[in-house]
Amino acid sequence: MTAAPLLEVSGISKRFGGLQALSEVSLQIQRGQVYGLIGPNGAGKTTFFNVITGLYAPDSGRFELAGQPYEPTAVHRVARAGIARTFQNIRLFADMTALENVMVGRHVRTHSGVWGALWRTAAFRQEEAEIEQAAHHWLRYVGIDHFAAQKARTLSYGDQRRLEIARALATEPLLLALDEPAAGMNATEKVQLRELIDRIRLDGRTVLLIEHDVKLVMGLCDRVTVLDEGRCIAEGLPAEVQRNTRVIEAYLGAGAA
Amino acid sequence: MNAPRRWMLWLLALCVLPLLLQQVGNGWVRIADTALLYVLLAVGLNIVVGYAGLLDLGYVAFFAVGAYLYALLASPHLMETFEWLAVMLPGGLHTPLWLVIPAAAALAGLLGVLLGAPTLKLRGDYLAIVTLGFGEIIRVFLNNLDQPVNLTNGPKGLGTIDPVTVFGHPLSRRLDLGFVELPSVTLYYYLFLLLVVVAVVFSHRLETSRIGRAWMAIREDEIAARAMGIDTRNLKLLAFGMGATLGGVSGTLFASFQGFVSPESFSLMESVMIVAMVVLGGLGHLPGVILGAVLLSALPEVLRYTVGPLMALTDGRLDPAILRQLLIALAMILVMLWRPRGLWPSPEHGSPAASPSKGAGA
Repeated sequence: MTAAPLLEVSGISKRFGGLQALSEVSLQIQRGQVYGLIGPNGAGKTTFFNVITGLYAPDSGRFELAGQPYEPTAVHRVARAGIARTFQNIRLFADMTALENVMVGRHVRTHSGVWGALWRTAAFRQEEAEIEQAAHHWLRYVGIDHFAAQKARTLSYGDQRRLEIARALATEPLLLALDEPAAGMNATEKVQLRELIDRIRLDGRTVLLIEHDVKLVMGLCDRVTVLDEGRCIAEGLPAEVQRNTRVIEAYLGAGAA
Repeated sequence: MNAPRRWMLWLLALCVLPLLLQQVGNGWVRIADTALLYVLLAVGLNIVVGYAGLLDLGYVAFFAVGAYLYALLASPHLMETFEWLAVMLPGGLHTPLWLVIPAAAALAGLLGVLLGAPTLKLRGDYLAIVTLGFGEIIRVFLNNLDQPVNLTNGPKGLGTIDPVTVFGHPLSRRLDLGFVELPSVTLYYYLFLLLVVVAVVFSHRLETSRIGRAWMAIREDEIAARAMGIDTRNLKLLAFGMGATLGGVSGTLFASFQGFVSPESFSLMESVMIVAMVVLGGLGHLPGVILGAVLLSALPEVLRYTVGPLMALTDGRLDPAILRQLLIALAMILVMLWRPRGLWPSPEHGSPAASPSKGAGA
């Protein structure tokens, strides 16, 4: 019954000088899952993330997205292929409005060029209207449409996180990759974030979640992979992983188990 | 008052302005002409620096390319250098401006892309240094291309450039409309105004398009822009190209207006001035950029006329050239201290277009 996974990566390795940041990491993400990637600090989570999204070139590894072999060689092609990401340290277009930020997310799914812009052709105007409509839709989706006309840098921290998710969703990704979305959030914001990710999954999207907050991951994820020192040390259902002695050792040190 | 009506009023005022100025003296219209040329340059540079966030300190090179292209194609110089050409075209090479403008736009745009290509990975200071070098290279070329074949006439420059001819009337001659007489400078004013309006409209349309948003995304955060699927390489090259195009166009206007070009007009100081206009006015905000260009280009000229008493007071020690540098430096320092985002920056809570509900109530 195993359907083809949405994202299948196998044998990814990445070395920075003398540091083996990733060695032979493999995982499979099924459609409609929220897939968690956890591990202690320096385990290689963000490196893995950056490899998948084309920011770092891997030394080795095979990638397949939705049945198609895919090479994460250029960052902008990754978004076109269908992986959208957010950043651990929020990277919004600070001096643009919230609406414009999400409109930029539509860039990769729209086509109008200089000619259309200069002469305001009918096709251009129609596409602009659609872009704006879609942007409002995604702002409403994450619940911050009332801030549409505000500059991104004036939003609160939690709203900036939401805006980043809205911007990523606007690219219509097959896989939404969130890099520590709960970092720095208070308890209320975390609950709201959890509801949002739940809703994204209900709407049929696939999410890859890197997170420090074990409680959030355990409550939300369908499957979890644990990284430690660049290696995959456990994979499975959250409840299984939680009991895994190697995982406990990695987090709390040998002897704790 | 609604926006179109406000714009029509502005345009009307700008059309009447030279008629008032010429009553005072043609020198004042000339100042307005120069200001319009600088507006064109600043609007062009704003695409590169303001929208895409690429600090270009060699922008004047494109201005020079446009100016020299027109100078070569509409002056007797090429005839004097190449005898076979003089034989082929005994009447002289009087290429009309309307042909040179697209050619200059294309050539400058191409050079812009060529300059952009090797600098794609550079940012900030490093990019500024490379573009600065490019501007100097062009100027040095113009200075030295009088040997082995005399192409640019070196530091002596090119003269006797044709004036622009509109409907058979050369703009260097006054036009008597019966009820009003328009001197040459006023005629040029209207030509420049026309092109400035076109440039501003085009620039605004680019700003509020998918392309413009992508440029601004690159300016704000290049990595995030790439993660959103924006091909930063192509879009940066496009910004360089579009900006250079406007520089080239204003160069042709400059050459026909002055009737003379020499490498001296295209020094590094000019590039710095254009960047200063964009920054002083308000990076990336068209009204601010226009204001910056008008202020920085017209005020020193006004000074030239009003500095007399100051000079007399200091026994001629304070001449206008020094005062000009001093005042511009002072203005930059004051603006950076009190209005770091420029004199007229884009509104804090987004553009009015993005929030129509707010404007409707007013």
